[in-house]
Amino acid sequence: MGRQEAQARDAAGTGDSGAADAAHGAPPGQRPGEPRKRRRWSATTLRAREAVAGLTLVSPTLLIVLLVVVLPFIWTVVMSFQRLRLIDLQNVFDITLTLQNFRTVLGSPDLWEMTRTTLIYSIGGTLLSVGAGLLTALALRQRFPGRMIVRAFVLVPYVIPVVSAALVWRTLLNPQFGPVNVFGTDVLGWDEPIGFLSERYHRVELLGVGMDVPIALLTVIVFEAWKTFPLAFLFILARLQGLPRDLEEAARVDGATPLQRFRYVVLPQLSGVIALLVLLRFIWTFQNFNDVYLLTGGSAGTEVVAVQVYNYLISRNDVGGAAALGLLMSIVLVTAFAFYYRYGVLKQEAEV
Amino acid sequence: MASREVVETRVIGVARILWLAFVLVVCVVPLLYMLLLSVRPLQTVLSDPLDVIPSLDELNLAAYEKVIASPDDGGYGLLSFFGNSLQLAIGTVVLTVAFSVLGAYAATRLRFPGKNVINTSFFAVYMFPGIVMAIPLFVLFSRMGLRGELFALVIIYLASTVPVSVYMLRNYFRSIPRGLEDAAMVDGCNRTQVITRIVLPLAMPSIAATSLYVFMIAWNEYLFALLFLLERRDNWTVSLGLAQLDDISVSATVLMAGSVLLTLPVVVLFFAAERLLVEGLTAGAEKG
Repeated sequence: MGRQEAQARDAAGTGDSGAADAAHGAPPGQRPGEPRKRRRWSATTLRAREAVAGLTLVSPTLLIVLLVVVLPFIWTVVMSFQRLRLIDLQNVFDITLTLQNFRTVLGSPDLWEMTRTTLIYSIGGTLLSVGAGLLTALALRQRFPGRMIVRAFVLVPYVIPVVSAALVWRTLLNPQFGPVNVFGTDVLGWDEPIGFLSERYHRVELLGVGMDVPIALLTVIVFEAWKTFPLAFLFILARLQGLPRDLEEAARVDGATPLQRFRYVVLPQLSGVIALLVLLRFIWTFQNFNDVYLLTGGSAGTEVVAVQVYNYLISRNDVGGAAALGLLMSIVLVTAFAFYYRYGVLKQEAEV
Repeated sequence: MASREVVETRVIGVARILWLAFVLVVCVVPLLYMLLLSVRPLQTVLSDPLDVIPSLDELNLAAYEKVIASPDDGGYGLLSFFGNSLQLAIGTVVLTVAFSVLGAYAATRLRFPGKNVINTSFFAVYMFPGIVMAIPLFVLFSRMGLRGELFALVIIYLASTVPVSVYMLRNYFRSIPRGLEDAAMVDGCNRTQVITRIVLPLAMPSIAATSLYVFMIAWNEYLFALLFLLERRDNWTVSLGLAQLDDISVSATVLMAGSVLLTLPVVVLFFAAERLLVEGLTAGAEKG
């Protein structure tokens, strides 16, 4: 018992002196014979100790992110230049580099189709999601009884598991017994049920004009917007509630109508949060795998890039191809992120 | 002549109510439909799909029995996956929260070199594509023979939830007055004591909310479970097990019963902590 205590005290003591060393003594990289600098260090002992504590506390998080995200990503870059198939992972350490993967990926006949689908999916999903979020936030801005309950229910699509959500949508839209199609054919007089998740194009006649609507793609876009608009709603509402009321009041006194007050007073103040949401949602939708895979499996004109990366990896066992396509995908996202970062930094500077 | 003001106010008032009603229907009806379908016999669903309100005498839990029962008893064995999902989610929560409390404290209270770079790179990780992150990890764990193991997945979930968890906790920690900590320091507490005696007790509600959010992410996760566990049926999560059922044409009522079981824990937790969760997610958003 006593020995254990002594050991513990000993360990604690060593730890303390270690921290003190780092704080008081010459920091690593400090050359002797620099009295001015040393004085500065000893004068700000607390500051130095704070830096050591800060780095110690973030190090576990930093380490796990480094090991599981950053290093693997660097490895992905290497793999995209290797001939690597899942069956013979022996040649992981074969360093013969090749451009074959990029030739396969970029020479694929459906590359253009996939890029177009992914862009339509991510831009459409983003705009719909943020737009619906904005409308809902505006509608819930004023207080009324039950507002908090409405807010909670609006968040439901965002919190439920994606597998459940996809299964319910598949059931609701089922061509045989799904209530949407039964309602359409029995009540609205559709000629035939619509394969919302299985038809590439559906012919729609409106006022004598026929149009081929990419129905499956539209459905996955609407699903994505439905699943994510609550987040946009939440952020815009938070911003709305932080707005000072006096500006709008002044505009009202000056004779601005409600629409004008929204257009010229409220909207400019929301532009920051909306721009942020648009970028975030674009980045997330662009890489989204779950929704499309669970709803259509990537068929009927909905094969987005994330599903194709999965297919390279699992169906074709082509690790190199998957890595190459994943890398190209990341480049698009890094560009978007860089855009945001620049924008974010500019905004912070404007605030200061 | 305030007519334009009056007209616009009226029109917007009506549009607002219509939109709110639409949004509520769209958000609640799928969930309600899931619940209603799960307690009805398949025959009535197929014969009249629009008659969604079940009569009392046809209510039954046969679909639940079927989806829960083990395959030996002719069921789909969903119950056995709950243990896996729970282990995964709880393991992730414990590790993520432990890591991110420390990280978030450092990020709000301490000045250290590289702080801004680290904060920005966490943000980048938060947006990093899961499918790209999966490729090297898939190869690595396959080679080490750990691909089907739950703890391998816990480590991946930890890395992917730690950034958002740090972000949320930072938002909460900012609202704790700093004076308390300074006072404790002056009274002779060291950094560890400040964290364990002052910060943690004050931050407990926020830590609970963050834990719930991380739990939800881990519980709902699908992509990594699919990639890593598919060949190890005994380690399947509820999400994966249910999605696999859809591939073998199981009846709709059974699928809905499974969906209810998968969704219920998350919805209950969400409604229990809704206000705290919303605060943590949006605390940074008010100022733009």
